[in-house]
Amino acid sequence: MTRFLNKKESLILAIVSFLILVVLPCLNAFVPKESFFHVSDFTINVYGKYLCYAVLALGVNLLWGYTGLLSLGQCLFFALGGYALGMHLMLMIGKLGQYQKDIPDFMVFLEFETKYAETGGLPPHWMPFRSIWFAVLMVIVVPAVVAYIFGFLAFRSRIKGVYFSILSQALTYAACLMFFRNDFTFGGNNGLTDFKFILGADINTPETKRWLFIASGVLLLSVYLLCRWLTSTKFGLIQRAIRDSENRVLFSGYATAHFKLFVFVLSAVICAVGGALYVPQVGIINPSEMSTDKSLEAVVWCAVGGRSTLIGPMIGAISVNALKSWATRAFAEQWLFMLGGMFIFVVLFMPNGIVGLPAQLKALKARYIDRKKSGEEPAPVDATEPAPATKSAD
Amino acid sequence: MKSMFGKILGGVAATMVAFSAAAADTVKVGILHSLSGTMAISETSLKDVLLFTFDEINKSGGVKVGGKPYMIEPVVVDPASNWPLFAEKAKQLLEQDKVAVVFGCWTSVSRKSVLPVFEQNNGLLFYPVQYEGEELSKNIFYTAEAVNQQAIPAVDYMLGEGKKKFYLLGSDYVYPRTTNKILKQYLKLKGIPDSDIEEIYTPFGHTDYQTIVASIKKFAAGGKATVISTLNGDTNVPFFKEFANAGLTSENCPVVSFSISEDEFRGLPAKELQGHLGCWTYFMSIKSPENSKFVKDFMAWLKAPKVTGTSYNVTGIDAKGRVTCSPMNLSRMGVYLWKQAVEKAGSFEVDKVRTALIGQKFKGPAGEVTMQENHHLVNNVFIGETLPNGQFKIIKTFNGVAAEPFSEKFLK
Repeated sequence: MTRFLNKKESLILAIVSFLILVVLPCLNAFVPKESFFHVSDFTINVYGKYLCYAVLALGVNLLWGYTGLLSLGQCLFFALGGYALGMHLMLMIGKLGQYQKDIPDFMVFLEFETKYAETGGLPPHWMPFRSIWFAVLMVIVVPAVVAYIFGFLAFRSRIKGVYFSILSQALTYAACLMFFRNDFTFGGNNGLTDFKFILGADINTPETKRWLFIASGVLLLSVYLLCRWLTSTKFGLIQRAIRDSENRVLFSGYATAHFKLFVFVLSAVICAVGGALYVPQVGIINPSEMSTDKSLEAVVWCAVGGRSTLIGPMIGAISVNALKSWATRAFAEQWLFMLGGMFIFVVLFMPNGIVGLPAQLKALKARYIDRKKSGEEPAPVDATEPAPATKSAD
Repeated sequence: MKSMFGKILGGVAATMVAFSAAAADTVKVGILHSLSGTMAISETSLKDVLLFTFDEINKSGGVKVGGKPYMIEPVVVDPASNWPLFAEKAKQLLEQDKVAVVFGCWTSVSRKSVLPVFEQNNGLLFYPVQYEGEELSKNIFYTAEAVNQQAIPAVDYMLGEGKKKFYLLGSDYVYPRTTNKILKQYLKLKGIPDSDIEEIYTPFGHTDYQTIVASIKKFAAGGKATVISTLNGDTNVPFFKEFANAGLTSENCPVVSFSISEDEFRGLPAKELQGHLGCWTYFMSIKSPENSKFVKDFMAWLKAPKVTGTSYNVTGIDAKGRVTCSPMNLSRMGVYLWKQAVEKAGSFEVDKVRTALIGQKFKGPAGEVTMQENHHLVNNVFIGETLPNGQFKIIKTFNGVAAEPFSEKFLK
């Protein structure tokens, strides 16, 4: 760990992890409700959700910030991961559904009992999802395979830049339309919902939510360390080289398509695992999670937090969503304008997002002092000069 | 570090909540309707009518519990047509704001998304939009039309008109699927053979209805055919255009739509649908003293919107071209039934209110409604013919139809 994290960073990371993984859950579990220090079940639940969004943002950023591939379809993988676990959770409902049948409710109203009579109404590809291990395996395998096929075709044809973004967006939109269809056997528009149990525990109790929060925290920490390690290796260097000038890397003898493919698949798996933990916390997964605006939102989080860093996207995901949660209650009618205005501000004036703010302020201050000193034309210091992107990875 | 940021935000939110709770003699009531996103066009009207109803009640002295009046204080949130956000906002209303009751949801998927939250927190939700049934939660009261209050009367009417062939056309989601499944069984009971029933679904936002209309034309060639439409939203425009182009009219093949009310005609051209039928438990054109008062007061309120007795600031009201429709009326009925139940129970406690709600009667714009033990209403059902101005001419009334969410009970 000390190899790619210096002492100070390790210390900060340890403190933050301790706060999230131990202190917050303890404040929720053991401090009485009346106390000022009590963290409510609601807070734990929504922050668990944000941690999953932060994992998604890390996945997006590994592609965009570090490899220069702007994918506008990463929520497809997030949703696929969610669906894989959701299918298992659906089968765990048992007879507690509205129809009190062995199969999920939507299969009853779609008359699957006659369509798939030989398996008791359950489509054959649903059968193995009774096992949590199979579901967890599928959380990883399905998005990886989809990403591999799409990435292979895209990168082999040297599809880059805006064309890649458009294609990725089309992919997730197509998947969204497909999942909307009831005949596709994944619950159509309603998707999968009304989960009751996870690993035998009641999914709606505060205790379960707390454990899911801790699990999300552990996942985020692991994904962060993985990304941190990866970007500090030689592989990470090539990644950034591809971002900055792919042709040079290509002419230096590197098969850039393979590198990109690997990063794309890895990013898909990261997003998918985030999605899998997201679903039991929000209690629903449906095709609207795959809609293109969701993926765009994830890109916005990265931009707000600061891309080209690992901390930035996490801060972006959590802060934008916390702001959204708060504003949709406090300013139910105006919150869209607030958020939209903030995004425009960030794009126009904060190219390095929240994490780039200190450096930007420093530069502004330097310019101000310069101008005062000389009393002449200000020195041409560009306030929007990108913060050294490699700093955090060195 | 990042969690600190959230804590600060959470803290700000909590202080605001604590601050507003300090005002005495109010009861918090949640409104959970999308004010942005795809559903905003429908759901904003429900938010408006709920605020209007709160104002109406507050003006006449509020909700009286134990001889003490409580002003209804709205807590409006925006779940933004985002289904997981619906669950989060429901949680926020119940756990943070501790509202006494929530009025909300439009789509079935939003209701399915919040249902576990209401059951976990023992909350109370009033759901005002026609739906597929096959659900009964002790924490939800469904003021909406069940299938046997909309689809079945419409089909009965068509059978009475001598129609023998039924083309079931719908958008591909749970409400059309379930409704049509029930209708097929019902039609079979009425002696319509399978060969005279067609069933087809199109995706959301579908625009190409050429093939479908051609098949309807063939289907309707012998006469005595009708289309039962559960198409949703915008897709109705290309469908009805194509329908008219193919030479089909309300004379040779009438269409009954279950998802188009007066409010939808603010966005759809009513001329294209002229003569086709709608079926609801309320129409704006109903002639009753209660209805003319409701419509008149609502229109006046839109021009000067406020919620009397609270500091709630009403914003974002569009007063132009407004109408009333069935989901709006049912939202309002829900508020009045809840008020009566609270006053009867002498408490805002959910368990007591739930018991008191059963058997509550209220005389509304469309006649008297009664809350049944199955959490659904006994209500009057009307069939209306679409007029070019987006209103309906009532051509048939079924009095006192008791809603039954489970189809096996009325398909005997």
